[in-house]
Amino acid sequence: MSLNLRGTWSIFTRELMRFLRTAFQSVLAPVLTTSLYFIVFGAAIGGRMPALGGVDYAAFIIPGLVMLTLLGETTSNASFGIYMPRFTGTIYELLSAPVGVAETLIGFVGAAAAKSLILAAIILTTARLFVPYHIAHPFLAVVYIMLVAASFSLFGFILGVWADSFEKLGIIPVLFLTPLTFLGGTFYSIDMLPKPWSTVALFNPIVYLVSGLRWTFYGQADVHFGISLGITFVFLAVCVTVISIIFKTGWRLRD
Amino acid sequence: MADPILELEGLTKVYSGGLKALDSVDLNIRKGEIFALLGPNGAGKTTLIGAVCGLVRPTSGTMRAFGHDLAKDWRKARRRIGLVPQELATDMFEPVEHAIAYSRGLFGLPPDKARLEEVLRSLSLWDKRKEQIRALSGGMKRRVLIAKALAHEPDLLFLDEPTAGVDVELRKDMWRQIDAMRARGVTIILTTHYIEEAEEMADRVGIINKGHLLMVDEKDAMMKRLGRTEAHITLAKPMSEIPAIIARFPVELEREGTALCYRGGDGTGKGKAEVAELTKTLTTAGIDYVAIDTHESSLEDIFVSLLGKQEAAV
Repeated sequence: MSLNLRGTWSIFTRELMRFLRTAFQSVLAPVLTTSLYFIVFGAAIGGRMPALGGVDYAAFIIPGLVMLTLLGETTSNASFGIYMPRFTGTIYELLSAPVGVAETLIGFVGAAAAKSLILAAIILTTARLFVPYHIAHPFLAVVYIMLVAASFSLFGFILGVWADSFEKLGIIPVLFLTPLTFLGGTFYSIDMLPKPWSTVALFNPIVYLVSGLRWTFYGQADVHFGISLGITFVFLAVCVTVISIIFKTGWRLRD
Repeated sequence: MADPILELEGLTKVYSGGLKALDSVDLNIRKGEIFALLGPNGAGKTTLIGAVCGLVRPTSGTMRAFGHDLAKDWRKARRRIGLVPQELATDMFEPVEHAIAYSRGLFGLPPDKARLEEVLRSLSLWDKRKEQIRALSGGMKRRVLIAKALAHEPDLLFLDEPTAGVDVELRKDMWRQIDAMRARGVTIILTTHYIEEAEEMADRVGIINKGHLLMVDEKDAMMKRLGRTEAHITLAKPMSEIPAIIARFPVELEREGTALCYRGGDGTGKGKAEVAELTKTLTTAGIDYVAIDTHESSLEDIFVSLLGKQEAAV
């Protein structure tokens, strides 16, 4: 079996073009949101907060903000990417083309992940305007962001295949992902939570993601980086397995 | 018969709800022909196309295209198959030329500006190439779908109801396009509600209903086998029985003996000749008549008749 690389590239570039068609909104929205978070949490509240582990509060929240936008945008980009062809019927072309699960995933998920990396870069650049920060492990930070972006692109893809209405498409990000991210240590260290909530928080998988990225930034985190990395890989593997089953059975894709 | 480029054997599809959309369909498609698949709504036409193109998972049966097993060597086979769906399914915000370039890439071919221009011009879309698809009329959108399907230069093209919902002028224009594709050597399988379309375009016709392929034959052979001429001859004076001089013709009395009804022929003109012979015989015998009304059965009559027989058999 030889992969249809041109097919993969076509899906990838088309998805990126879809992103660029709404570039104004795609770029401006994260810039505005990040700025608002910095004004509210960084300047207004952060000025009264002590440094956490020697890191200024405004700088402390940067990895959390990146993760907050990354998870939301990646999931919705990837889910829309596959849901819209299903909704409009244009998926017929994908299903009738000589592209399999690998090409489809690399194309759709790769594009969603690429968009997320662009967004992460925008957020970090915007953050630089508000607070000086230093990334302790820049290479690991980029790798970790890519890993999380890829995992949640896969998750978004599953969501987009599962959803049979716009309502369902929005339920998971709004009702689960955003609350879990807010409760996942975006704006605080879970050590700041009283018992038993600091223990309960460890059942929130987002804690490990935020913590992992924070470690790459400042070399310190709520949980060990290895655990964060391990959990991210497990999530990635689960998503790949689910998608393989989806393609094998044709669930919600082929009648 | 030329080697078939598509072979379906025992193709069956039962949907999860229990509906049997295809029931052990056997069909061979020859290279270079236009094959029309006729059938009422829900007959299984779109399911059959979907099964070959990868949109529907068959329950059982085998499918081979260009010698490749569609279940195993689907990549090789699909590269040579194009599909124009029934629904106007397009990314409405995408410019026309991007949509077509995307389709070509999806099928693994490198960009080819000359080919893109050729396809766009052949479908009168060249001037619209920069426009978003949503700005086009329904007919033009359908052309975009055809252009997308032709972008990867398929050898076998499926057209699912290509002229559904388009006006007469555009339909005839579409027929010219299909003819031009055939001239380029593309084998075409089209489904249609318009029997006129099959009569006009097809080399062979298949009639499908309730998942059963009732008949597949050359269009002309089908007309010859099942076609009929019907003539109603209104007599100047009523008669009580068929005179012996015309007993050799397939005629009967109707309207209380005031008219003769001829039903015969085979769709090749034999019926018309017999009607002419009959009228000459009547004149020779001094049997006067005042009107003749003849009717050649169409593919539609055959279609309706076949479906009627199937309904009666159920």
